[in-house]
Amino acid sequence: MPTLRDLRKKIKAIQSTQKITKAMRMVAAAKLRKVQDRMLNFRPYAMRMDGVLSDLARVAERELHPLLAVRPRKTVEVLVMTADRGLCGAFNMNILRAATNYIESRKREGFEISASSIGRKARDYFRRRHIPTRKIWVGLSGRVTYANAQEIANDLIENYINEVFDEVILIYNEFKTILAQKLSVVRLLPIGELEAEKAPVERAITVDFLYEPTVEVLFERLLPKHIEIQIYRALLESSAAEEAARMNAMELASKNCDDLIKRITLQANKVRQASITKELMDIVGGAEALKVK
Amino acid sequence: MEKLKLEIVTPDGLVFSDDVDEVTAAGSEGEFGVLPGHAPFLTTLKIGMLIYKKGNEVKYVFVNSGYAEVGPDKVVVLADSAEKAEDIDVERAKAAMKRAEERLKKAEEIDFARAESALERATTRIQIAGRKTTR
Repeated sequence: MPTLRDLRKKIKAIQSTQKITKAMRMVAAAKLRKVQDRMLNFRPYAMRMDGVLSDLARVAERELHPLLAVRPRKTVEVLVMTADRGLCGAFNMNILRAATNYIESRKREGFEISASSIGRKARDYFRRRHIPTRKIWVGLSGRVTYANAQEIANDLIENYINEVFDEVILIYNEFKTILAQKLSVVRLLPIGELEAEKAPVERAITVDFLYEPTVEVLFERLLPKHIEIQIYRALLESSAAEEAARMNAMELASKNCDDLIKRITLQANKVRQASITKELMDIVGGAEALKVK
Repeated sequence: MEKLKLEIVTPDGLVFSDDVDEVTAAGSEGEFGVLPGHAPFLTTLKIGMLIYKKGNEVKYVFVNSGYAEVGPDKVVVLADSAEKAEDIDVERAKAAMKRAEERLKKAEEIDFARAESALERATTRIQIAGRKTTR
């Protein structure tokens, strides 16, 4: 049986833990609000851009620009986006497990895999498992800028054009609601749907676009920008989802602390009661003993 | 009557979304007008004015370069930034114009193209803000 002192100490410790989890929850909530606004404002733009590009990819001559062209695929770049920090529930693990499964399944299909990571957790995970990574970006989550997205996009585009890899897949957490994230696996390059997945009927009814200034100039500007925008959106979504996940994890932790405190308090009271009872018995016993004489 | 769905989006959010009758915008190769049933068309936009007509109402929107996709029943404008005429901060535009002019006057070690486009943005904003909604 633990002593009353031990139990009181334990309660104190849990209380101070709870203070920390509560504070972390508040911090996550504040950060979430900031990044969520940015993300929600950016979403319509990214989605329209995606719409324009998929219209375009459906009708345009794919050979006009290397980012549109579908060439025989051999190497697949898998870009895995996680958070830099933990304490956010299953957020990182979900992504990493999905990424591992995805990589395995593509390997079975006979593709070469090149992996890159965004976020400390992805980097550490690949390192622990001795999976070689092509490129590592860290320190982005929480302070995403458009320049970050540009840097990543430029790297991808350059290596894609130089045929280091022939397809780019991005795996990240999309922000659904505060309580739920949606795991997203999207193909960044080549742009648009691949021939095999396309319904053949669609092509017959679409008409060609008119372009101004010229189709080459337009593609040269629009296609890289599209990649930047999709990456920027993913970075924002992932940051928002991360803060939301952390908020929930900390909320849960605080609640668990409450439960623990309640349980231990009950136990402490029992111990206290028992010792009082014991003392009383002693006193009563002593008094009885005196009476007899 | 057939309508056009006009949507203007910027990285900072959806600026405008409604069904309209007619759209005129400043393409990089010159102004173009769109009526319902237009052929698919994709163009870059320069700093300029977008005019749309809905019923008897004519309204003006400032568009700061970007892209426009035109379809038979829609116009999607992807702008770097955009403001409806009534939302333009004229004071700020005037201040920006002054700054840009001063920088252009000095014309030393400055990014000439940047100052020039800043000036163009400011003057276009002021011009658009000055237009009243006509009915």
